[in-house]
Amino acid sequence: MLLTDADLEAIWLTVRLAGITTAILFVLGTPVAWWLARTRSVWKGPIGAVVALPLVLPPSVLGFYLLLAMGPNGPVGQLTQALGLGTLPFTFWGLVVASVFYSFPFMVQPLQNAFEAIGERPLEVAATLRASPLDTFFSVALPLAKPGFITAGILTFAHTVGEFGVVLMIGGNIPGVTRVASVQIYDHVEALEYLDAHRLAGVMLVFSFLVLLALYAWRPNARK
Amino acid sequence: MQMSDWDAAQILPRGGVAAWRKARCRAHRFAVSRARAAMRRFLEPLRTVFRNMRLLLGAGLMLAHPLALAEEATLAVAANFTGPMEVIKPAFEQATGHRLSIAYGTVGKFYAQIRNGAPFDVLVSSDEAVPARLEKDGLALPETRYTYAIGKLMLWSGTPGLVDDKGEVLRRGEFRYLAIANPKTAVYGAAAVEVLEKLGLRAQLEPKWVLGENITQTHQFIASGSADLGFVALAQIYKDGQYAPGSYWAVPQALYPLLRQDVVLLARGKDNRAARAFVEYLKSDFAKRVIRAYGYEL
Repeated sequence: MLLTDADLEAIWLTVRLAGITTAILFVLGTPVAWWLARTRSVWKGPIGAVVALPLVLPPSVLGFYLLLAMGPNGPVGQLTQALGLGTLPFTFWGLVVASVFYSFPFMVQPLQNAFEAIGERPLEVAATLRASPLDTFFSVALPLAKPGFITAGILTFAHTVGEFGVVLMIGGNIPGVTRVASVQIYDHVEALEYLDAHRLAGVMLVFSFLVLLALYAWRPNARK
Repeated sequence: MQMSDWDAAQILPRGGVAAWRKARCRAHRFAVSRARAAMRRFLEPLRTVFRNMRLLLGAGLMLAHPLALAEEATLAVAANFTGPMEVIKPAFEQATGHRLSIAYGTVGKFYAQIRNGAPFDVLVSSDEAVPARLEKDGLALPETRYTYAIGKLMLWSGTPGLVDDKGEVLRRGEFRYLAIANPKTAVYGAAAVEVLEKLGLRAQLEPKWVLGENITQTHQFIASGSADLGFVALAQIYKDGQYAPGSYWAVPQALYPLLRQDVVLLARGKDNRAARAFVEYLKSDFAKRVIRAYGYEL
């Protein structure tokens, strides 16, 4: 057997985390990207900058502040406790929340570009044909922006799979809950189990390449 | 571009070439002498400064002998020893004139880095296994290794009154998260697991574990309140008889193995005076006082 059960568990956890994060970000990121692409508000600049912040902040910094914010004394922690959800650090859903923050720009920016590339014209044409704004969005903008959605999905998924610093800071390294593949590899290296580290890293590399290859190979069909 | 003799012959009348050549020589000599003079004028003050500096330096060398041999050493230091190291470093630098640059981290990572050519001269380890392993790899000098401190394990909580002075809190188990350093990679983590095993509580408490990457991160989990309590190094919550706020239990030594922390001179630091001096300095009375002040035994 190439991988231990613990390794497989870590990989499965990583895939779940990346999948859920990507799904949530499709829902959260699309309206933000749409607004950023269409608005003429003075807030476009500041909001755009805030969305891009996780690109710049070191993951360790982001992770540390998330730990403080989500801990029992932080604002988010107080809120989740008041809602009877307990605190988020050291839980799978804590990682999901952190990943959503961390991968936000990777979802919003490709989508925003795709929406901007559509231009006003197709939307105006749709309006003259009596399509409601919602209808226009779903039957004109979404299909035209499909390549953008695919890119955004790939980037978000890949970025979440590769996440390490934030997870290390707020995860607590619990098997099956927060010990994702990147942390598991790190553990192997730290414990001087280089052979296990090589194996898992190799599997991750091949897996990531195959996922990306599949998605990129599929991409040209999307823009027929 | 300068005109050659041949060029001159094309445009000058007969006999003119010799005259032109002479003129050119004169002009050349003149230009050279002016350039030399200018250069001298320019360099003279610099030269004066330089001469004086040599004198000054010579005097300085004779006066400040240790300074003249000052070198810089790069140290890899275990995370749990951060506190005392920050006190020992400036004292060492002042006493010897040497300079230290320090990287704090987990010893497992240092091991990987040293094996792959990291520029460390000394390893101040959190255990005795990694220095021994480096010796076996020929990357450390065996005769330089010794135990500079013995670590103490504490059960600590940021919440006053949560931890009692007999550790009964572990048996009651009325908490959500117990932070320990990763037992696979950190000796304090391995010691904590041994304590839980000796108390027969491992199976019961394992679902509540959260693992810090190292002892510093474990401390952070507890300090931020995210984990209710956890096992840390005494040095992290104790200095000069004062404990950090919260509640704690000094785990009896009988429950875990001696946490010997070794220092060793690495092969790269063999000829580095600063590195050798530091390995010696860590045995000095001053260093020992600092190490004890942080709650280590010796």
